[in-house]
Amino acid sequence: MIDFLEKWSFFGGSVLLILIGLYGVITRKNLIKIFIGLSLMDTGINVLLVSLGYVEGGIAPIITSTINNNSYNFVDPIPQALVLTSIVIGVAVLALGLGVIIKIYEKYNTLDISEIRGLRW
Amino acid sequence: MNFRKILALITIILLGIFILQAFLIIPEKGEIALNNFGKADIENRTAQLYIDKSVNSPNEQVIYKESKDKESGSANIVTSIVANYRALDTLGEVTVLFLAATGLSAILYNKKHAKSNFILKEDSFILKNGIKILFPLLILAGSYIIIYGHLSPGGSFQGGAVIATAFLLKLLSSKEYELDENILKIIEVTAGVSFVSIGLYGLYAEGSFLTNFLETGTIANLFSGGIVPIIYITIGLKVAVELTNIINDLMKA
Repeated sequence: MIDFLEKWSFFGGSVLLILIGLYGVITRKNLIKIFIGLSLMDTGINVLLVSLGYVEGGIAPIITSTINNNSYNFVDPIPQALVLTSIVIGVAVLALGLGVIIKIYEKYNTLDISEIRGLRW
Repeated sequence: MNFRKILALITIILLGIFILQAFLIIPEKGEIALNNFGKADIENRTAQLYIDKSVNSPNEQVIYKESKDKESGSANIVTSIVANYRALDTLGEVTVLFLAATGLSAILYNKKHAKSNFILKEDSFILKNGIKILFPLLILAGSYIIIYGHLSPGGSFQGGAVIATAFLLKLLSSKEYELDENILKIIEVTAGVSFVSIGLYGLYAEGSFLTNFLETGTIANLFSGGIVPIIYITIGLKVAVELTNIINDLMKA
C-alpha cells in the first residue's frame, strides 16, 4: 500500500488535481469558482512537471559547502526552472482574469454565467 | 445531480483514464518512461550537461569554491538554466508577465481616477505598527533572495513576490498610502531595457544573443556567474514592480 502510494501519489495526485479543476470549470456557474478551477489545473500541471524530474533520494541541484561537487544525486533542474516561471505567470494571468471579472460584474451586476447576455447556454 | 453534472463526470473519468494510461505504457528503447516515478534517467537527459556545466566545454568536475571559469559560474543550477542557458525563454516569460500586468491596467483603467469603492475598516493599532516594522524587513529579505539567487535557493521570481507582499501589506494597512505609478513605470522600463541590452551586447561582443560575455569567476563566490546575477537583478525588479502594480490595480478597482 505504502509502495503504491509512493509511486502514484504524485502522478495520480497531479492528474486528479487537473481533473478536479476541469470538473469545476465545466459544472460551476459562478465566474470566481470557474477561475478557482483553472487555478487548480495550473497547480496540477506544475506538480506533474516537477515530479517528472524526481530521482529517488535526490537533492536540490545547488552546489553548497556540504554538497560540494557535481557528482551527487541531483534531481532534474530543467522542470524546476520551467515551473519557477510558470507559477509567477499563473499569478499574473489569474489577476488579469479577475480584472475582467470585475468589469463584467460592473456591467451586468451578476457573476452567474447563465445570466450574462452572450454567455447563455 | 442534474444532467450536466453527470455528463461532466463521465467526461472527466474518460479523460482521466486516457491520461493515466499514458503512464502505464511500457516504453520502447530510446523513449522516455513515464511509469516509474523517482527513476528519472538524469544521466541521459540534457540536465546532466547543465549540472556538469559542460554544454560547450569538456566534462570536468565542478568543485565548491575551487572550479574557475566554467561556462556558467552559478552555484545554483536552476539559476544557471533560468538566467543563462535558457535566458531567452525567461525573456519571453517576463514579456508574458508584462503583457498581463499591462492588460490588467488597461482593463481596470478608470478615467476619473475615482476613489476606490473598496472600503477599508479603520486601521487597527497592531496592523499599522506591525507593518511599520515588517515592511523594511520584507524588502530586505526580498532583496537578499534576489541578490543571492545564483548561490542559494530562491531567485528573482521568489524575491520579487516577497517585495510585492511588502507593498500589499502597506496598501492593506493604511487608507492614505498611495504608490507613485510613474516611479513604478520608470523602474519597470529600465529593468526591461537593461535585460534586453545585456542580451544585445552579448550579440555584439560574442556573436549570439544573451551570451555570457563576462568572466564567470569562482563557483559560489558572491561576484561570480558573469551576467547571471545582473540579469537576475533586472528580472527581480521587473517581477516585483509588476506584481506590485497588479495588487495596486486590483485594490483600486
